[in-house]
Amino acid sequence: MTAAAVELVPHEAARTPRLVQHPTQTATPVIDVRRYAFWYGGTQALFDLTFTIPRRAVTALIGPSGCGKSTFLRSINRLNELIPGTRHTGDILLEGVSVFSRGMDAVALRREVGMVFQQPNPFPKSIFDNVAYGPRLNALAPERDMPERVERALRQAALWDEVKDRLEAPGTSLSGGQQQRLCIARALANEPEVLLMDEPCSALDPAATQRIEELLVELKQSYSIVIVTHNMQQASRVSDLTGFFYLGHLIEFGDTKQLFTRPADERTEAYITGRFG
Amino acid sequence: MTTLVGVLSFVAVLALAVILGYLVVKGASSLDWNFFVKNPVPAGQAGGGVANAIVGTVIIVGVAALIGLPIGIGTGLYLAEYGSGRFGWIVRFVADVLNGTPSIVVGIFAWTWLVRPMGHFSALAGSVALAVLMVPMIARTTEEMVRLVPHSLREAALALGYPRWRTSLRIVARTALAGILTSCLVGIARIAGETAPLLFTALGNLNFSSSILQPMQTLSLQVFTYGTGPFDEWHRLAWAAALVLMGLVLLLSLTARWALRSRHGAAR
Ligand SMILES: Nc1ncnc2c1ncn2[C@@H]1O[C@H](COP(=O)(O)OP(=O)(O)OP(=O)(O)O)[C@@H](O)[C@H]1O
Ligand SMILES: [Mg+2]
Repeated sequence: MTAAAVELVPHEAARTPRLVQHPTQTATPVIDVRRYAFWYGGTQALFDLTFTIPRRAVTALIGPSGCGKSTFLRSINRLNELIPGTRHTGDILLEGVSVFSRGMDAVALRREVGMVFQQPNPFPKSIFDNVAYGPRLNALAPERDMPERVERALRQAALWDEVKDRLEAPGTSLSGGQQQRLCIARALANEPEVLLMDEPCSALDPAATQRIEELLVELKQSYSIVIVTHNMQQASRVSDLTGFFYLGHLIEFGDTKQLFTRPADERTEAYITGRFG
Repeated sequence: MTTLVGVLSFVAVLALAVILGYLVVKGASSLDWNFFVKNPVPAGQAGGGVANAIVGTVIIVGVAALIGLPIGIGTGLYLAEYGSGRFGWIVRFVADVLNGTPSIVVGIFAWTWLVRPMGHFSALAGSVALAVLMVPMIARTTEEMVRLVPHSLREAALALGYPRWRTSLRIVARTALAGILTSCLVGIARIAGETAPLLFTALGNLNFSSSILQPMQTLSLQVFTYGTGPFDEWHRLAWAAALVLMGLVLLLSLTARWALRSRHGAAR
């Protein structure tokens, strides 16, 4: 409990070397979902989910439209709790601490759990300010260190070379693919542990999509990524583990290669072979 | 049908043109330096100006804005962000009723609750009455403007860890700023020409006064007292004051339009 709480303290120095110092840590899951269920008013959207999401890996969530993938993703950073009339049972642990516990404040949680949305949604501000938004809020770095931090995040998001000469241009002036990478940089600037991505490529063309897929493979060296996608090829290309959701249930969860080649459940097989969904 | 509508709109435009033209004809010749900087001279004498009314308008409308804008904007933000519940419904309903309330009704309330207890007419009571007229209008337009802010931007801020109230203030209010400013200008323009509630409160003052606890003159009251007074000299000044008032309102409306346009320009 205490050890896990320490992990949540903004502590930049601890971030990258953590893996180097404790290679065994990769074995402990970053997110632990325990009998989690969720309701919108009277409608149950998620049923009894139990699984763990590994650290420093890409976990893909697939399933037909309306099966609860976004609902689950938004449960992790508690964005759902802003919708009136919602409730849940069970628990989701981040680094061993319940995200719903009294001591877990939404600000600290969302610093550790970044999110990228389906539509790129940069703020109507400069590229620089977009990326600096999170660190400024969380007072992660003094203002004089901000340029360095912004550059690091933009480099991680593979956007730096394209924007380094126009950091003061509005974020909305970029192309769709660039905007999405800007949003990734914005999330990364907080140096979160987990990055949630809800269909991040669905608004992008194939070239921009490929760009982001390459990026994901690099990012999983330092981040734990959960990505929702409707694109089966994308899931099999980028992810290490895949979960198949159906009508609010997690039907199958496991190694991506195995799930796509030898699915254990016939509904999974039907979905990945395109027979429904 | 098309012809009928065309004729009707022509009549409307014509009416406005006649009013403006007549105002200019009757008032423009009196608009000299003295008009703006001199106070009224004793009744019946020639000369003098309406400096007291101009200053009074600025003070009364300014104080009304000082009271009304923060409350109106705050209420609008509340309605847009948290107003989905029962309380929000009640606030919205009250605002809509107030919005349609004749200003003279607000005036008599201000007289009963402010002027009578204080024992005398005052500019402050006038400002409060105008602020009451302003709040529901500002609140509802602010709400509309804030609702125009894309939901995705809100979520982006929340997902970065912004607390809800800070999201409202920093992202939503800032993105909707031009729209809110516009609604403020429109609100100010609307109350700048109000007369009825001021008859009960600020009363009017033939002399210069800058004390908000004393009766004070405004352009609208000036138009009323001078326009209905017995002297030709007063009638002349009333027309000029009406022209200035009209110009002021027109200026505010144009600025509001321009602000809205530049916002849309920036969005593209
Ligand atoms: N705000 C809401 N209020 C009520 N019901 C909702 C709300 N959001 C989602 N739902 C319902 O919850 C269920 C799961 O929705 P969710 O958005 O999580 O699905 P999804 O798997 O992300 O679908 P998609 O692939 O289309 O994005 C759906 O039946 C949906 O209608
Ligand atoms: Mg979804």
